[in-house]
Amino acid sequence: METMLWVIPALPLLASIVTILGGKRWIREKSHWLPCIGVGISFLLSLITFFQVWNRGTLHQVLYSWISSGDFQVNLTLQVDPLTAVMVVVVSGVSFLIHIYSIGYMHGDEGYHRFFSFISLFTFSMLMLVLSADFLLLYVFWEAVGLCSYLLIGHWYYKKSAADAGKKAFIVNRVGDFGFGLGVMLLFTTFGTLDYQTIFSRSGEFVGKTFPMFGIEFDLLTLTCLLLFMGAIGKSAQFPLHVWLPDAMEGPTPVSALIHAATMVTAGVYLVARCYPLYNLAPKALFIVALIGGFTVFFAATIGLVQNDIKRVLAYSTISQLGYMFMALGVGAYVAAIFHLVTHAFFKALLFLASGSVIHALGGEQDMRNMGGLKDKIPGTYWAFLIGALALAGIPPLAGFWSKDEILMGTFKAGYYVLWILGSATAFMTAFYIFRLIFMTFFGDFRGRHGVEHPIHESPPVMLYPLTVLAILSIFAGWMLGFPPEHGFIHTFLAPTLAETQGTAPLPETTEGGAGLMFFSILVAALGILTAWMFYVKRPEMPVRFAETYPSTYDWLLHKYWFDEIYDTLFVNPTKQFANFLWQGFDDSVIDGVINGIARGIDVMSAKLRRLQSGYLQQYALSMVIGVIVILGIYLLIV
Amino acid sequence: MNLNWTAILPEIFITLTALGVLGIDLFYTRYQKDKTLNAIVTLSGMGIAFLLLPFLSAKTQIFTSLFVLDPLAIFFKMVFLISGSMTALISINYLKMEGFDLGEYYGVLLFSILGMMVMASANDFILIYLGLELMTVSFYVLSGFFKTDLRSNEAALKYLILGGFASALFLYGISLLYGVTGSTEISYIAGYLTEQTRTGADSVAGVTSAVLSHPLLSLSLIMLLAGLCFKVAAVPFHMWTPDVYEGAPTSVTAFMSVGPKAAGFVVMLRVLLVALGALEKQWMVILAVISILTMTLGNIVAIAQQNVKRMLAYSSIAHAGYILLGIVASARVLTAGSASVVFYILSYAFMNLGAFTVLLALRKEDKQTGLMVPAMDLEDFSGLSKRDPLTAFLMLIFMFSLTGIPPTAGFVGKFYLFMSAVDANLVWLAVIGVINSAISAYYYLRILVYIYMKEPKVVQSVDNSSSLWVALYVMALATLLIGILPNLLFNVARASVVSLF
Repeated sequence: METMLWVIPALPLLASIVTILGGKRWIREKSHWLPCIGVGISFLLSLITFFQVWNRGTLHQVLYSWISSGDFQVNLTLQVDPLTAVMVVVVSGVSFLIHIYSIGYMHGDEGYHRFFSFISLFTFSMLMLVLSADFLLLYVFWEAVGLCSYLLIGHWYYKKSAADAGKKAFIVNRVGDFGFGLGVMLLFTTFGTLDYQTIFSRSGEFVGKTFPMFGIEFDLLTLTCLLLFMGAIGKSAQFPLHVWLPDAMEGPTPVSALIHAATMVTAGVYLVARCYPLYNLAPKALFIVALIGGFTVFFAATIGLVQNDIKRVLAYSTISQLGYMFMALGVGAYVAAIFHLVTHAFFKALLFLASGSVIHALGGEQDMRNMGGLKDKIPGTYWAFLIGALALAGIPPLAGFWSKDEILMGTFKAGYYVLWILGSATAFMTAFYIFRLIFMTFFGDFRGRHGVEHPIHESPPVMLYPLTVLAILSIFAGWMLGFPPEHGFIHTFLAPTLAETQGTAPLPETTEGGAGLMFFSILVAALGILTAWMFYVKRPEMPVRFAETYPSTYDWLLHKYWFDEIYDTLFVNPTKQFANFLWQGFDDSVIDGVINGIARGIDVMSAKLRRLQSGYLQQYALSMVIGVIVILGIYLLIV
Repeated sequence: MNLNWTAILPEIFITLTALGVLGIDLFYTRYQKDKTLNAIVTLSGMGIAFLLLPFLSAKTQIFTSLFVLDPLAIFFKMVFLISGSMTALISINYLKMEGFDLGEYYGVLLFSILGMMVMASANDFILIYLGLELMTVSFYVLSGFFKTDLRSNEAALKYLILGGFASALFLYGISLLYGVTGSTEISYIAGYLTEQTRTGADSVAGVTSAVLSHPLLSLSLIMLLAGLCFKVAAVPFHMWTPDVYEGAPTSVTAFMSVGPKAAGFVVMLRVLLVALGALEKQWMVILAVISILTMTLGNIVAIAQQNVKRMLAYSSIAHAGYILLGIVASARVLTAGSASVVFYILSYAFMNLGAFTVLLALRKEDKQTGLMVPAMDLEDFSGLSKRDPLTAFLMLIFMFSLTGIPPTAGFVGKFYLFMSAVDANLVWLAVIGVINSAISAYYYLRILVYIYMKEPKVVQSVDNSSSLWVALYVMALATLLIGILPNLLFNVARASVVSLF
């Protein structure tokens, strides 16, 4: 298997290529076959790899060395350590389920083959991202998943909002990637290589070293970690680069589920986890990770409280949950972060796919104010949604409970009490907004107009099967992987990855009192659900009164803290104006003038030189003689 | 004397095949509708010679060390045979269409390859000269092969006269060198000159050995360089190139831009790095100047060309400049430099032949006669992507490679060349090379602009004979594969030059 690692990403790639080339003309409505089979097989292979890693430890495969010239070497190496093994299984597994789901959801779409080709290409890129054994390959596929995300958000490119959202996602991500790119370069100048193993094993030598920039001496490792973290902030939509993710919901729902909930957005978490040996040596950087994560947790949840678009609620929830993962990494609860990544992938994919099923049933309606009472009309979707919501809210024994609780416990034990309070408050809000969604969508009376012309119908089995599998995972994955807390399967499995890190891991010791914290968080979650029930079932006039009593707070939240508007005034518009100035004032006159001048000069020179080529034989012979004489002249000058 | 005849088995085989091909015409005319049989015999002869090469012992000297068979010779013979067989493949239908389907074409082609193979193995200036003349005389014939075409005649005549002139210079250089060192054998001359360097160093500082500073030695170096630069079409000995390339049949031009050039470079490697290795300080400067002039002139004049064949002629001049840059670098970093030269020559062979093949395959309707004639102008390429997306895409690969855009052979080749220049502390030379690459992007990508962004202006058709397409696929695939897996080939290239020193 060690030499077969390349097959795992190769199959989706192959399926993608064949589908895009032959899709429009030949494969057409059968476009899902190859990608589904390809990803399915690579999921099976991932499972095999997972067990091999479990038995034998890290796997390596050097595919080939692309260029080697002296010290400069570019190798293509794949590596599967426990962390990667977990990621590979989650990515290929969730991706496979979403491929299946898309058969039903995208049925009849005119870009059917394009969709399947790109989503398969995404799977390939994401697998390569986690399989790579050095930062160069990681960076390449980091950009590749960004590209796929862009292509898929803009799947319905003729819709202006979708095209804009794609562009926004790409550009906002570039901001983070700029830092990431600098970080990678800094790593290369520091270590002379980009290979994970070498960098991590030698990172201890660079503790306390400084790096001069703008005349200030920065701590080398802290600077590196923060630059890398910039990339993570962008990709994982953390404050202040979170603005692209809600807009990304313009893409088809399976894309939101796969890319913008379960896999790609967790790449940032993966990056920090991967570089944990570096972060461990840079406690200041870790502190900032915790801070950004903790703030995002709270801040995104507050926005989620008032959104009316079913997918946007989930998008803010995703941002908030990713914040939990960063917070966990920041406070040293490494395993809890990865654990939450896994369970979140399951239940958030479930929630998204179920919301897709709702949207499908209502013929494209996404506004929750036009829903209601769907419980009996689409019972399968309702149950799936409910399970996902309970898992997200943190009700035991569902998946989200175990991982989120572990994060909160880790935060508490590490002594970050403020973050713990923020996290617990968010747990309350999480339970509230997700059940607000449930009550608004499935309870009460139907408020929309859709059912009048078309009967509201349950989704086809091909969409419900993946929901079932994900629902089962959302119920069981939590305690199967993480029970007993801090000594579960995932903890033992990931232990080797941690053991390789140097320095003191600030992981808190297990102490008693965990039970108390656990009860507290259950209580908080239950309270959240209860409040939502009060607001939206028992006394539906309450939210309106609330909004009327505190209009400014409500507006503030509804407009997402005005972030889009602030960015527009601060960055987007000035940049546009500056760009316009550069274009018309500078580019057209100065640069184009110079370039065209040079080009015209070369053209003139070219025409002149061309005239040397007269076609007369005697002149050619003469030029050779002159050449010999000139060379002789040069020669005499230098000797 | 223990003669190891196996060392020249490939040469013997090519000779016999050439004679056989001529014989077919003599004895089987009555049964023959076309000359496909000649082509098949030619191809199989080259194929067998090619397969023989890896099995020969790679460190043999025969005929009192006139003839060596080292890894470098084997590598270059392979290059010649590959490009030769590609040429034979693309010629089959081309000759028929142009109405010159004559059997001796293949015979002469084989003799030219034989000449190159001899050049690759020659360890003596006399043998170098023999191989050179065999090759060049064959090309005089090939470039004038379209007997009734005035341009073809003009090309042959110009090539003949200027080629004779260059040969005379080269021969003059050899005789002067013989006068100074008393030998024509490369390894002897190398040993002799090194010996002189050492005794020169032993004497009082500042006083070089009388032999090394002898004016006749310098003159001979310049004469030799002039002769070789003519063969590889380096400025200022390039004047023949555009005229001959344009006038000669396209299949011959394609081969001429690759085969003789590669042969010229292998001789240059042996002569400069081995025989005249002791004079490296002298030839380095001269060659650096020639290299810069060649790159710059080739690229700049190429921009002005509207005729694609002529443009490719200038482009091939520019590429000779890049390769010369590598030879300059190998004066300081022997292995890395010459390995990058060898690597680039093979990459260049594939991409340049490929570009010429697309040109050869493309035909347009003549507005007056309504016949399909070869398409030569930039305009003729407009809208090709709509008419024939596959051909257009292959042209894109070759143009990307010639420009040096990854993941193609051209990129990696240039990377190694410029890298070796940097390693040799010749950063400024590498910078000039990179700037030239940027200039070249203008005219290579311009073809793609015509192909992809303009509407068709003329009725186009693409030769769809299977022999041509086999060659085209091989070349495109090789161009891509070398770009994706360069390390394999680079290791071979390195191994082939290590034996030189």
